[in-house]
Amino acid sequence: MSGITSYGAYIPLHRIDRMNIYLAMGWLNPASMLPGEKAVANYDEDSLTMAVAAGIDCLNGIDRKEIDGLYFATTTPSYKERQNAGMISTALDLRPDIRTEDFTDSVKAGTGALLSACDSVKAGSAKNVLISASDCRLGKPGGYQEEIYGDGAASLLLGDDGVIASVEGSYSLSYDFVDHWRAEGDRYNRSWEDRWIRDEGYGKFIPEAISGLLKKYDLKPEDFAKVCYPCLYLGGHAAIGRKLGFEPDQIQEHMFTTVGNAGTPYPLMILVAALEDAKPGDKILLASHGNGSDAIFFEVTDEIEKMRDKRRGIKKNLEAKKYLDTYERFAVCRDLITIDTGGRGEECAPTSMSALWRDRKAVLGLIGSRCKRCGTPQYPPQRVCVKPDCGAIDEMEDYRFSDKKGRLFTYTGDMLAFSPNPPAIYGMIDFDGGGRNLFDLTDCDLDSLKVDMPVEMSFRRKYVDEKRGVHEYFWKATPIREG
Amino acid sequence: MVEGIKDKVAIIGMGCTKFGERWEASAEDLIVEAFVECIDDAGIEKKEIDAAWFGSCFDEVDVGKSAVPLSSTLKLPFLPVTRVENFCATGTEALRGAAYAVASGASDIALALGVEKLKDTGYGGLPDFGSAMGTRNRLIFPNMTAPGGFAMMATKYFDKYGLKPDEGKRMLAHVSSKSHHNGTLNPKAHLRKEASIDKIVNAPMIAWPLGLFDCCGVSDGSAAAIVVRAEDAKNYREDPVYIKGLQIALSSGEELMYTDWDGAHVETAVHAAERVYKEAGIKDPRKEIGMMELHDCFSITETVTYEDLGISKRGHARDDIESGFFDLDGTIPAQPDGGLKCFGHPIGASGLRMAYEMYKQLQGKAGPRQIADPKLGLTHNMGGFPPYNLISISILGL
Repeated sequence: MSGITSYGAYIPLHRIDRMNIYLAMGWLNPASMLPGEKAVANYDEDSLTMAVAAGIDCLNGIDRKEIDGLYFATTTPSYKERQNAGMISTALDLRPDIRTEDFTDSVKAGTGALLSACDSVKAGSAKNVLISASDCRLGKPGGYQEEIYGDGAASLLLGDDGVIASVEGSYSLSYDFVDHWRAEGDRYNRSWEDRWIRDEGYGKFIPEAISGLLKKYDLKPEDFAKVCYPCLYLGGHAAIGRKLGFEPDQIQEHMFTTVGNAGTPYPLMILVAALEDAKPGDKILLASHGNGSDAIFFEVTDEIEKMRDKRRGIKKNLEAKKYLDTYERFAVCRDLITIDTGGRGEECAPTSMSALWRDRKAVLGLIGSRCKRCGTPQYPPQRVCVKPDCGAIDEMEDYRFSDKKGRLFTYTGDMLAFSPNPPAIYGMIDFDGGGRNLFDLTDCDLDSLKVDMPVEMSFRRKYVDEKRGVHEYFWKATPIREG
Repeated sequence: MVEGIKDKVAIIGMGCTKFGERWEASAEDLIVEAFVECIDDAGIEKKEIDAAWFGSCFDEVDVGKSAVPLSSTLKLPFLPVTRVENFCATGTEALRGAAYAVASGASDIALALGVEKLKDTGYGGLPDFGSAMGTRNRLIFPNMTAPGGFAMMATKYFDKYGLKPDEGKRMLAHVSSKSHHNGTLNPKAHLRKEASIDKIVNAPMIAWPLGLFDCCGVSDGSAAAIVVRAEDAKNYREDPVYIKGLQIALSSGEELMYTDWDGAHVETAVHAAERVYKEAGIKDPRKEIGMMELHDCFSITETVTYEDLGISKRGHARDDIESGFFDLDGTIPAQPDGGLKCFGHPIGASGLRMAYEMYKQLQGKAGPRQIADPKLGLTHNMGGFPPYNLISISILGL
């Protein structure tokens, strides 16, 4: 039996009430008012960082050496040529002798990655394949998409040992239905008329895929505990369920009013939410939407119990939130308006790719060293042990700091350093178990910090060098989230 | 311990430009200005100099690399000239190089000159550290500034000694207020206005908990010294100033990467002080030191330095600060010339500027800020930031 052996999710801390967007920009398009709130990636987050965060959640308690593949699904990769999955794999400290691939160009890519990973496992070419889907799509200011799109990530581990939800079957559709598109050089999506999308695409493809799956496996709607599919339109979402004969309580909540339409990870995030409440024996149906649809059905096993409260998943990520109180903060956060950075903010030294390659584990993976003689962890990795009475030379082994919690030794909020979210907060972290260094802090307010408070590490975008086309990443400390 | 250089080297001439936002002056102009005063004071001619040490830190926005900018600006006739750079302690490094040269007999008359032209970047504060911090460091270090680097020590100091933010800030404000007063008495100082405790405490925040007046001036300037062997000094002047001790200590990495350092003091300063007191034969610094020019890049730096130097008891600098012990009319005046705070801080020049003030005070030429009985003067010059730094300390006397 093969299927899902673990799950994880990530929702950025920041939310904006859609009414704040509407109050700022609604005058351009008075009909664009939508209810609820949406999740907003921080200025130092993007699809890559959120995919890493979801991956960390999914791999909690799992030996990373056991992972044989990583598939990253997104329509918003940082690089067009430089494998994004390879960066995520390095950040997650996975083995180098694994298969990594980017699945992209359609918000259906998340279920595509899932099916491919499942096929790899079934075919026996890999035992454990991690998929991480993430998107961070921008809508043009003042338009519907700006209100609709939310940011998030989901991660699933596919394998055949310890399966919590077996993949029992699937039915896929591929249509060149151009409801929205983004061509080379475009920053924002363009879209066709919403009524056409709703009635001829969204409202038809999911039912067609699900009906096809039901017919293929001789199943009926009442066989399923939950059905999960994305929400493009609130009314349209409910209509699909009705049309297919599902009762309202069979339809997994869509998070449209709490996260927004998260794109590629969206169906998987809804699936993770369903798995959080699933019971052994439950059948769960998942369908994506985007240039067609993939419908997949799962059967939950007794192993699901081992996951209870072991993941942040969707629930805990939904609980932890902080509101961006104005549209302007949202707009700066997502780089929708050009701000005056001052001369200091324009400074950006070149990034050495040869140095980054040499230090890839230290920089992307936050791998330091531990002295085999005295046991002292140290970051960055050292040749000579830093413990004053040790000083052993070249007796080091790799030591992963990214999954260690720590204490905030000291900190400051710096108004002189450039930050799109001033003050720039940074401090020194003392890691539990040993090791200390300086790190930026993120997802926190200066006033909320205290010396000695617990922190954890989060993979973030350190800078974007637009002149040289470099997105550089590193780890920051964050206060440990509630839940 | 090794013998050291106590009383082996004498300073026979010094020069120092006015520090400040010298929009009209290039680094070359500043070099010439300090040099002319220096050789006039020494009463020598340029051709008598046989070696030089040149200090500049942010060469990227300054004169560029190497010591050629010094030799070519001053038209030094094919002399051996060395550029030194050790963060903000660069000026003292230039003096140390020149002092060791004459002490060793390798040179008879050596020039030490430091310069920094900071006000050509187009923004406030020091030049951005991004390109200066090193290829790997820039991938992993926070996007830091100097105020932030030192503010973390204030956060930790307040926490360790149980100071409420307001108590801590008032203590630090006293440090800055005192230097502002001293700066008003110094025509060469960058900042020459009084600043009250209330004004300082209520100033805009730069890097929490440090406000605007907790930070030193970012200045252009240059300072220079001529050194000779001690036995030759009286051939040049009646009142040469002798180097009694000159030591530096650098971070071992443990402050940044090991978890013993408490974050509320500068470990290198403790080691440098211990060594320099031994070299100079000082047993009780609180009694024997008569005045100090400390590296008050930030008020917290000066505060912990009082303790690191063994002048104030650990954790009790506040008592001495608030009792006026370090005021100009106190027991050990600190920053009589206004310090980095108000004289200003052109990086490469600052260590030599500190020596310049001690030199003038010892010779009784410090004008309205003259200290009655200066005894021994101490300079303390720090580079880097608390977990990653170097400290140089000199003791100067007659």
